[in-house]
Amino acid sequence: MDSDIGLWAIPLAILGGAIRVSPPFLFVSLGEVLTERSGRINLGLEGTLVFGAMSGYALAYQTGSPWVGVLAAAVAGSLFGLVHGLLCSLPRVNDIAIGIAMMLLGMGLAFFFGKPYIQPVAPDLPAISFGWWSELQQVQAALRVNVLFLIGIAAAIGLWWMFRATRLGLIIRVVGDSSDAACAMGIRPSVVHTFATAAGGAFAGVGGAYLSLFYPGSWNEGISSGQGLMAVALVIFARWNPIACLWAALIFGGAGALGPALQSAGISQGYYLFYAAPYVLTLGVLIATSSPTRAVTGAPGELSITK
Amino acid sequence: MTSTPFSRRGFLKTSAALAGAAALPKAAFAAGDLTVGFIYVGPKDDYGYNQAHAEGAGAVKALAGVTVVEEENVAETIDVQKSMESMINFDGATLLFPTSFGYFDPHILEVAPKNPDLRFQHCGGLWQDGVHPTNAGSYFGYIGMGQYLNGITAGYATKTKKIGFVAAKPIPQVLLNINSFLLGARSVDSEITCQVIFTGEWSLAVKEAEATNALADAGCDVVTCHVDGPKVVMETGAARGMYLNGYHANQSSLAPEIYLTGAEWNWAKVYEDMVKTTMDGGTIPNFVRGGLAEGFIKMSPLGPAVSDEARNKFEATKAEIMKGGFAAIKGPLKDNKGNVIATEGQAFEESDVALESMDYLVEGVIGATS
Amino acid sequence: MAVVDHSPVPGPRGLASPEGWLAALARRSEAVLIPLGALIAGLAVFGLFLMSQGKSPAEFYGLVYKAGFGTAFSWQNTLSRTAPLLFAALCVALPARLGLVVIGGEGAIVMGGVACGALAGALSGWPPALALPLMAAAGALVGGVWIGAVGWLRHVRGVNETIASLLMAYIAIALMNHLVEGPFRDPASLNKPSTAPLPEALRVGNIPGWDVHWGLIFGMLACLLAWILIERTTWGFAARIAGGNARAAQVQGLPVGRLIIGFTALGGALAGLAGVFEVTAVHGSANASLAAGYGYTGILVAFLARHNPLVIIPVAILLAGFEASSGLVQRRMDLPDATTLVLQGIVFVAILMSETLYGRLRLFAPERWRST
Repeated sequence: MDSDIGLWAIPLAILGGAIRVSPPFLFVSLGEVLTERSGRINLGLEGTLVFGAMSGYALAYQTGSPWVGVLAAAVAGSLFGLVHGLLCSLPRVNDIAIGIAMMLLGMGLAFFFGKPYIQPVAPDLPAISFGWWSELQQVQAALRVNVLFLIGIAAAIGLWWMFRATRLGLIIRVVGDSSDAACAMGIRPSVVHTFATAAGGAFAGVGGAYLSLFYPGSWNEGISSGQGLMAVALVIFARWNPIACLWAALIFGGAGALGPALQSAGISQGYYLFYAAPYVLTLGVLIATSSPTRAVTGAPGELSITK
Repeated sequence: MTSTPFSRRGFLKTSAALAGAAALPKAAFAAGDLTVGFIYVGPKDDYGYNQAHAEGAGAVKALAGVTVVEEENVAETIDVQKSMESMINFDGATLLFPTSFGYFDPHILEVAPKNPDLRFQHCGGLWQDGVHPTNAGSYFGYIGMGQYLNGITAGYATKTKKIGFVAAKPIPQVLLNINSFLLGARSVDSEITCQVIFTGEWSLAVKEAEATNALADAGCDVVTCHVDGPKVVMETGAARGMYLNGYHANQSSLAPEIYLTGAEWNWAKVYEDMVKTTMDGGTIPNFVRGGLAEGFIKMSPLGPAVSDEARNKFEATKAEIMKGGFAAIKGPLKDNKGNVIATEGQAFEESDVALESMDYLVEGVIGATS
Repeated sequence: MAVVDHSPVPGPRGLASPEGWLAALARRSEAVLIPLGALIAGLAVFGLFLMSQGKSPAEFYGLVYKAGFGTAFSWQNTLSRTAPLLFAALCVALPARLGLVVIGGEGAIVMGGVACGALAGALSGWPPALALPLMAAAGALVGGVWIGAVGWLRHVRGVNETIASLLMAYIAIALMNHLVEGPFRDPASLNKPSTAPLPEALRVGNIPGWDVHWGLIFGMLACLLAWILIERTTWGFAARIAGGNARAAQVQGLPVGRLIIGFTALGGALAGLAGVFEVTAVHGSANASLAAGYGYTGILVAFLARHNPLVIIPVAILLAGFEASSGLVQRRMDLPDATTLVLQGIVFVAILMSETLYGRLRLFAPERWRST
C-alpha cells in the first residue's frame, strides 16, 4: 500500500506529528491552567512529568496493564502537586522557586528509581485508527490517535465547562482573581490553591505516562525534552483557556514535526533552525499578544507571573 | 549531551563487592594488579553505544587481578577531566578508557601529559603521531562494514526501493555508516535510495521517533540509525511496519520477527586484549583498528525475515570482508552533489584512514551534511 | 499606594546601647542561622532518604567531604566547577533585584561562548593583551543583548521574562548548534564539530600553583562588584524600590525601563563571560558542550543565596563540591548519579521553606534582647 506522496508528506507529517507529539503538552498545560486559574504557578511540572513517565512505565511493566501505569502516574503527579501546594501555603514561600526545586527533586527521584526500567518493555497504551478510509499508509499512520489524547480533549472541554458553568469553577476563579474577595465569601484560598495544584500535578503525571507508554513509548532519562517547561509557556499562549490549550498544544506539536518532515522532503540545510521553530513560534505569539499597559487578557489577578 | 536541563548521571551497577574492593587503598593489591577506569557519556544501559562499552568493561571485570571502576553520564566538559583525575587520585586507576568521541580534544590532551606514567585509551579516530601525547592512544572499529552488511539485508527486504537512516550529527563516522548502508543495499539493487534525517543530538527520544515516522511517511520500509540509544528508533520503526537493522548492540529482542540483522560492537575482545597487554608489561599501540576479521565488530544473527537469497549474498560478502582489504567506497563513485569521490579502479579499503575524515554523502543518499 | 517606606534602608542602625547591639546581632544572626539550620535539616532529611535505600548517610557525607573538600585535589576539583556557577547565578540574582525571574541564563552562556570562539579566529596573531579583552567583551556583549532583549520585551511589550528567557535559551542552543556545525565549523574538527581551535596565546591559563583557571577569580570579583552595585549605589537602591512596586517607582520618577533593561543586560553579560571562560580556559573552541546546564544550576545557586551576590560565592562552592563528589559516590556506594539531583532538590526545598520562619522566631526578635 506504500506510495510516494511527494511534498504532501510535509503537511501530513505535521498533522501526524501534532497528533503524536501534542498530548503531553496538552495534559501539562491543562494541569497548569487549573493551578494558575487558582492564582498559583507551578514551574515544577517538568519534574512531575518525568516522574509520571517513570512511575507509569514501571507500574505498567510490573502489572502488565498500561492503564494501571496511567493511574499510578496520576497519583504520583498529584502527590507532587500536593507537596507544592502545601509548601506554598506557608507565608512568604515563593511558588516559582519551590517549583524549580520540585522540578529538580522530581527528575532526581525519577532517575534514581527509574534505572531498572530502562531495559524492560512495558505494554503500550491502545490507539484508535481513524485513517481506515484511506489506502495510504501515511494517512493511516498519521490518524492513529491514542485513547489518552481523546481523554485529553474531553478533559479540555470538561475543564472549560467547569470554569464556565460550575460552582467549583467559580470558586477557583474567584480565588485566582482576588484572595480578598474569596475570603469575604468564606472560602479559604490556601485550601483551593492546594487542591488545584494537586489536581494540576495529576494532569502532568498523565502527560508523562503518555510519553513513556505511547510515544515515544519507552522510559529513559532523555524521555522529556522540556515538555513540562514549555507547557507553562503554552498556558500564557492559550490565555488560561482550556480549549485554547488544545490548539496551542497541537500547533506546538505540529511545529516540532516540521524539522524531520522537511528533511524527509529533501530540505535539509539548517535543520537545527527548523528544530527551533516551536520555540520561535511561541515567543512570537507571546510578543504579539502581550501588552505593556494592561494585565494579560484572561490572566488570573493573583498570579505572580503576570503582575 | 542531553537536551534537557540539569546534568544527570546514572546508576552504577558495579557490584557491591567491586565497589568495596575499589575502596581499599592501592597498596592492598598485589603487584601486577591493575585498576581500569571506564567513563561513559550516557547511561550504561542505553541499548546502544554506552551499553556496548559497558559490556566490554564487564568482560574486563572477569579477568583476575583487575579492578574496574566506572562512571556514566559524564559530560564532555571539565567534568570528564576531573572524573579521570578522581579515578587516578582516589582509586589508583592506571589505565583509563574515556569512551566518548568528544573526550579527546581538549580533555584527554589536558590530563594525559600531567600523568605521563598512566595510559589513556580513547575510542575514536583522533590520535596522531608527533602531535598527541604518547601515553594516549586511539582505538576504533570498521563498523561501516557492519552497516554495509546491514545494507545488503535491507536491499533484499525493501519493496519501495527506499531505505531510511536516523542519524545524530554529520560527523565522519556517521557519514561513513550512512554511505556504507546505502552502498550495501545498492550492491543488491542500484535503484535503491537512502533517506537520512539528522536529529542533531546523540540522544533525544521524541525527535528520534519523529524522524523515524517521517522516514516511514516518505516511503522508507527499512530503517537503521546512528544515535546513542537505538531503542526508540527500533520500536517506532516496528510500529510502522518497517524492517529493522540494528546498531551498536543487538536490538533483536525488541521486534524479532522484522529485525534483519545489526552491526554490533564487540568491545569485550578489544578491552580484554588491551588490559592483558598492559598486565603483561607490554605497551598498547597508539593507533588500534580492527573490523570483522579482528573481532572488533560482529553482526547480530540473521532474523527470520531475511530471505535465502539475501542470506547467501550476506554470507558471501561477509566472507569477503573477513579476508581483509574490502572496500565499500570504490570507484566509479560520486557524492550526492555530483562531485567525484573515486574514479574507476580507485578504492578506499576499510582500513584507509582517509575514511575517518569523510565529509560527503554518496549519490543515492537523500540528505545534506550541514 | 506608597511602598517606598516599607523598603529597608541600608546604612548604620542605632547601636547606642548594649541592648541595641544585642538586638542588631539577633537580627543579623537570623539571616545566617535560619538558612544554615535549613541546610542541616535538608541534609538530615536526605540522610533519612539514604537510610531508606539501605545506604549509610555517614559514608555518603564522608565521601562528599573527601571528594569535595577533603584533599588538595578535591578543592581544585570543586573550585574548577565553581566559576561558571558564579556567573550563571549572577544572571539570576541581578534581575531578581527588580522582582524578575530569569531562568534562561544558559542561552547567554552559550551565545557568549560562540561569539568568543568565532571572534578568536579573526584575532589570531593579535597580542593577547588586546585580543583577550576583545573576546571577553564580545561574549559579554552578545550575552548581554540576549538577556537584555528579554528585559526589553518585558518593559515595552509586557512579555513574561521567565518564559521568554527560557524560550530564548532553547533558541540559543539551536543557533549555537547550527553555527558550530555550519558557518563557523572548523573543517578539521572531525568527530566533535567546533570552531577553529584558539591559538595557545589566547588560552586563559590556571591560577599559579593551582589547577583552577582564572575564571574563578573573575567570577568572585563579579560577585563583589554586583554586591557593591546593588547594596551601595543609587542604582541598586532604585532597583530594589522598583522591584518592590514598579508602579510606585514610576510615579516617583525612577527610570524603571532603563533599570529593567540594564539589570537584565548586565546579568546576561556576566553569563556571557561564563561562556567566554568555558571557551578560553576549558574547551579551547566553541562547541555543543557549551550547553552543559550551568545556567540551570545557577538558578539554584541564586535562590539558595537569596539573590545576595556575596552569599552566591559560598553557595556555589558548596554545590560545586556536591557535583565534584558525585563521581566518587557513584563508584564507591553503588548509588546513581541522580542521587546528587535528589540531594539538591531536598536541600533547595528545605531552604525555601525556611523563608517562612523569618521574623517568626522569638529567638531573633530584637524586642527580646532590647528591654529587660
